[in-house]
Amino acid sequence: MKTKRFITNTACHILLAVLSVIWVLPILFVVLTSFRKESGSYKTYIWPKAFTLDNYKNLITGHSNIDFTRWFFNTLIIALFSTLISAFFVLCVSYCMSRLRFKMRKTFMNIALVMGMFPGFMSMIAVYYILKGLGMLETGQLKQVALVLVYSGGAGLGFYMAKGFFDTISKSIDEAAYIDGASKWDTFIHITIPLSKPIITYTLLTSFMGPWVDYIFAKVIMGNDTKYYTIAIGLWTMLEQEYVEYYYTQFYAGCVLISIPISIIFLLSQSCYVEGVSGAVKG
Amino acid sequence: MKLFKKKEELMYERPRDASISQVFKESDTNTKISYVVFGFGNIVNKQVVRGLIFLALEVLYFIYLFTFGIQSLGNFITLGTVEQGQVYNEALGIYEYTTGDDSMLCLLYGVITLVLTAGIIFIAFMSAKSAFCTQKRKEKGQPIPTFRDDIRSLKEENLHALLMSLPIVGILCFTIVPLVFMILIAFTNYDHEHQPPGNLFSWVGLSNFGAMFSQGGKLAGTFWPVLGWTLIWAVSATASCYILGLLLALLINRKGTKGKGFWRFMFVLSVAVPQFVTLLTMRTIFNANGPVNVILRTLGIIGATDSIPFFTNELYAKITIILINIWIGVPYTMLSTTGILQNIPADLYEAAKIDGASAPIIFWKITLPYMVFVMTPNIITSFTGNINSFNVIFLLSGGGPDSLEYYYAGKTDLLVTWLYKLTITQKDYNLGAVIGILVFVILSTLSLITYRRTGSYKDEGAFQ
Repeated sequence: MKTKRFITNTACHILLAVLSVIWVLPILFVVLTSFRKESGSYKTYIWPKAFTLDNYKNLITGHSNIDFTRWFFNTLIIALFSTLISAFFVLCVSYCMSRLRFKMRKTFMNIALVMGMFPGFMSMIAVYYILKGLGMLETGQLKQVALVLVYSGGAGLGFYMAKGFFDTISKSIDEAAYIDGASKWDTFIHITIPLSKPIITYTLLTSFMGPWVDYIFAKVIMGNDTKYYTIAIGLWTMLEQEYVEYYYTQFYAGCVLISIPISIIFLLSQSCYVEGVSGAVKG
Repeated sequence: MKLFKKKEELMYERPRDASISQVFKESDTNTKISYVVFGFGNIVNKQVVRGLIFLALEVLYFIYLFTFGIQSLGNFITLGTVEQGQVYNEALGIYEYTTGDDSMLCLLYGVITLVLTAGIIFIAFMSAKSAFCTQKRKEKGQPIPTFRDDIRSLKEENLHALLMSLPIVGILCFTIVPLVFMILIAFTNYDHEHQPPGNLFSWVGLSNFGAMFSQGGKLAGTFWPVLGWTLIWAVSATASCYILGLLLALLINRKGTKGKGFWRFMFVLSVAVPQFVTLLTMRTIFNANGPVNVILRTLGIIGATDSIPFFTNELYAKITIILINIWIGVPYTMLSTTGILQNIPADLYEAAKIDGASAPIIFWKITLPYMVFVMTPNIITSFTGNINSFNVIFLLSGGGPDSLEYYYAGKTDLLVTWLYKLTITQKDYNLGAVIGILVFVILSTLSLITYRRTGSYKDEGAFQ
């Protein structure tokens, strides 16, 4: 019995080791290529012959067309603004859905459900023309504002997660506040929001990540305005035919630089997610 | 008796408590005038600011309607009549374009006018109800709320109006109006031959849908195979990621496994890296000259100049994409199932062990049914997500290998990536819109059926 258990345990650990190698290898490949000294895209070997930091240096010091630093700050600004707006929208809507009872509540929830079943970018063309009609696509700066609006405009529909969290906050806390003379608004600001730190952080982090990884909307709205590109379309440009031979290793350097903050944010949001799912104060 | 009276008074305290028919039946002259002149009932009853706001909205709407709205509604019906023309300018010796109607803008302004009209109808009801409410309060001798009271009520019983207004404006502008607009385009002939502003497009009724389903047509010949592959892809991607992810979670959570946190971290790492980075990396890794082919060559499994056509052969491409999707999806499932796995009642396992069930049987008969039962909504969401999984296909194979039998689609194109190609590359907006509507129909029916068939709908307490 003991030896049998030992054998299964070892087999399991070996299996896990093999699997994790499979899962880590591609990431290792990204890191290795980003340090590779030999330029050019595809090689007949995998382990680089020599290592260098030049890829990172060249990437950050910037060039005429491929301006990584600028793209980074473009994305950062867009992400910050759209995060603030969409987190505000999400919190408002989900509080209303969870705590307030009014006539259109059910209708709104059903509409949100139906909306979610249309392919997301089906409306992209129309959004593009609406923005164009509003004159939002005239200059690069306006395009950035437009992109913020696109990322955060419909955010109110993504209220499920936060609503679920608000549902777990005990109503008796609210009632206690009403008895003490607080208005519903006061309860929202002074009771519910402070109790909802995990879900607020989660909402903030997930909406912050959106602009960093979105490709399609950014591409459609930015067009050929390379100066105002976000990171995702910028990196994609580096893989285009005319750039790929020279920028291949720098592309991976860029990927590493982006992945580090994004992974940290992701891991943070995961721990908030777990806290958020397990609910707020019980009582 | 006193109780009843109090209840009756309360009924008219807030406008939303009165139904429309009640308003029509019981309203007096002032309220009736407010149907036409918004806010009239409020103004005569000293609620000047509230009444003026209603009135101002009405006046604004009619200014809009007479300066722009009526014309845009007319254009909405015809979608423009004047085609862009060319006139020879003798002084300059060149052809100059005369501006014609832009069908695209006609349609867009038409939709906006319709939405504004819906808005003013809503405001008309609000104004009628508000006037009615004031009338009732006056009849009963209750205090009539001042404008300051109205503002204060935004923090109390009307808090939802305060909180929801901005998000709803956002949703209207960036989700609903564009969606209505695209749905309407499905009924026009807005394709690559009818591109505004050069050409006009017009209403064609259901003929786009007809073309999509007509026997033997090229569109139908593309639609059905693409739909078939979309379904195969969605089912296999969802099932493989779910089952394998569950097994991985079980493997990590076994009693005997040492260093659980470490193993979990190894797998979570791949989720943490932005998806477009991993997808683009995977594309290079499986490229004709990418690392996988290089390794196979070095090992002598394939010839020194050969390469396995991971993305250029139809069958290989489909298998590769599903495998790569497993690589991407399994850690997600592992993350989301770990917590729930620990909630499976231990006595279920003990009973099974006493009955002599082996580990695979326990997995198939206890763990999997339990998890599927608990996570059905989750699985449905990931299924719909897979049907719409644009990134994976677009960034990995781009829909390739291309096929001449298809109408601008490749062999691995899903309906959504086909939609993208039809609109962005091919500019057949009408066909794109048709595909979008069909995807919606498929998704809503599928999720309804599956949801109704599942245990968690039929028998909510099966595992409690």
